[in-house]
Amino acid sequence: MHKEFSPDPDGKKSAGSKKIYRAPDKRNIQGRKRCGEFLGRSAAFLAAALVVALTVSIIYFIGSKGLATFTVHGVRVTEFLFSTQWWPDRPLEEGGPAVGSLTFILGSLLVSLLAVAVSAPLSVIVAVFMVEIAPVWGQRALQPAIEILAGIPSVVYGYVGLSLLVPFIRNYLGGEGFSVLAGFIVLSIMILPTIISVSTDSLRALPPQWKEAALALGSTRWQTIRLVLVPAARSGLITAVVLGLARAFGEALAVQMVIGNTRTIPHSLLEPTITLTSAITMDMGYTIMGSLWNSALWSMGLILLLMSFLFIMVIRVVVRGGMVR
Amino acid sequence: MLSRRTKWVLALAAVLVLVATVAGCGGQGGQQPSGGQAELSGNLTVVGSTAMQPLVEQAAAQFMAKNPKAQIVVQGGGSGTGLTQVASGAADIGNSDIFAEEKSGIDASQLVDHKVCVVGMATVVNPGVTVDNLTKQQLVDIFTGKITNWKEVGGPEQKIVVIHRPKGSGTRATFKKFALGGVEDSAPGMEQDSSGTVRKMVAETPGAISYLPLSYIDNSVKALKLDGVEPTVENIVNGKYPVWAYQHMYTKGEPTGLKKAFLDYMLGDEVQGQLIEKMGYIPITKMQVERDAQGNVTKK
Repeated sequence: MHKEFSPDPDGKKSAGSKKIYRAPDKRNIQGRKRCGEFLGRSAAFLAAALVVALTVSIIYFIGSKGLATFTVHGVRVTEFLFSTQWWPDRPLEEGGPAVGSLTFILGSLLVSLLAVAVSAPLSVIVAVFMVEIAPVWGQRALQPAIEILAGIPSVVYGYVGLSLLVPFIRNYLGGEGFSVLAGFIVLSIMILPTIISVSTDSLRALPPQWKEAALALGSTRWQTIRLVLVPAARSGLITAVVLGLARAFGEALAVQMVIGNTRTIPHSLLEPTITLTSAITMDMGYTIMGSLWNSALWSMGLILLLMSFLFIMVIRVVVRGGMVR
Repeated sequence: MLSRRTKWVLALAAVLVLVATVAGCGGQGGQQPSGGQAELSGNLTVVGSTAMQPLVEQAAAQFMAKNPKAQIVVQGGGSGTGLTQVASGAADIGNSDIFAEEKSGIDASQLVDHKVCVVGMATVVNPGVTVDNLTKQQLVDIFTGKITNWKEVGGPEQKIVVIHRPKGSGTRATFKKFALGGVEDSAPGMEQDSSGTVRKMVAETPGAISYLPLSYIDNSVKALKLDGVEPTVENIVNGKYPVWAYQHMYTKGEPTGLKKAFLDYMLGDEVQGQLIEKMGYIPITKMQVERDAQGNVTKK
């Protein structure tokens, strides 16, 4: 951060030293300039430092809390990750407590991957439509529609899912309604705006000459879109999808309301299951700080954090690899 | 030039405000009420049980209207949070559905219990279920997954859909202890965090069974008798219906100043006589039986 700011003040400083022998009124202005500059630099540095400090402290906090499961309570990492036995309140004499969180991890992965599988193709098509096929119409009607979609609070998605989607699934498809299906349908609608807006930006950022060149070579509009524009925006589109996946993975409330929250691995789309986020939100308020149960919830939070690191890494690698030179 | 500088100053001010806000959040509850004066003033942080939250919020609003200099912040977070926060001194009062002695990891000897009211809980089923009464044994068999069809308890040929509260929930703990006799309610089933959502789920899912605080029960669900006893306020007050819990407000040490004034208000006529019943709880003053942390019931 600091490096980016340094060349600028250096340049002004040298300019200042040249002018220092001029009329005193101008020196005064120079002095005020420098004072303002100092203030601005400090403010910018403070803001940047605050963001870094916040991130580091959050990571430290979740890390130290989450690792306590393994360091303080002595649970094996493999047991935590690969066991489905979740009995944090079972007394010792009955074989507890056990904190295997495989069910939650699988639930989260399943629901968010399915949501992205539905949402990603749909979003890319909408983005192409907005940018290439109907730019005017897209701007006027689709843009606000997407912004509204992005602005609806997740509890509303959850409530609509609970009131409309769940009874619909129960009456027409079977099961209890609360299901993986309901969960990923709600999620896929929620992540649409994320994927669409990032995809739109990356398509808009393409140099217009490429499209013009493709058209000049005799390509049809469809060929231009399919063979030139979408491949050229590939890294941006992948970034959009990964961002959507990250959002789906972290969403808690809406999914919690429609997924049923059974601590069992589902065998069909119509069966309920549970996700990491809903398990955390449901239990967190009832546990005592520092207990095994509480630590296990923090460990689940740590998994979520590590997953988002992973997603960010993927985006970085993709963007670097797909950079157009 | 001046305007640019003003902008920077504004940005700096914004950052400072942000820092102050963040610091301020951590500092809550640290302020001690200045007690012993004629006029009550100071800050009070009350944290914990979501079952009690609406009641305490209402009471705090009434209390603050009378004592404009007193500031009472009521937060949810669950019984566990309430007990830990008050034990660690982060909150002035911790609300809980359960006795502090029942929760491991809490030094109960430091805490002073103030029982404010009682909440009864009932087994509820979807209105389509024709069963009206379940024995304790039938209830245990359903919640441990031994009975999975309503026809086994005299109902229609229909799958039983069990809906639990989360494992740490005070309502679940109370139901497990007094309706199921402490047997682990391990039947596979769905879980929902809030009583409101549970009611909606039971009302809409055919064959569903769950349990709710009496204050949440309305016509959309059917409350069942337990061993032939109806879950009514009268039956709880005279000790016939066993599934109920105290709503506790814990303080660290004997309360003083504003803390004491607010707790006295909670136990006074205004809250006990009007507000508590209006909001669907049972006043502590009405109870004819008493229960200790071990679950032993005695006549008052």
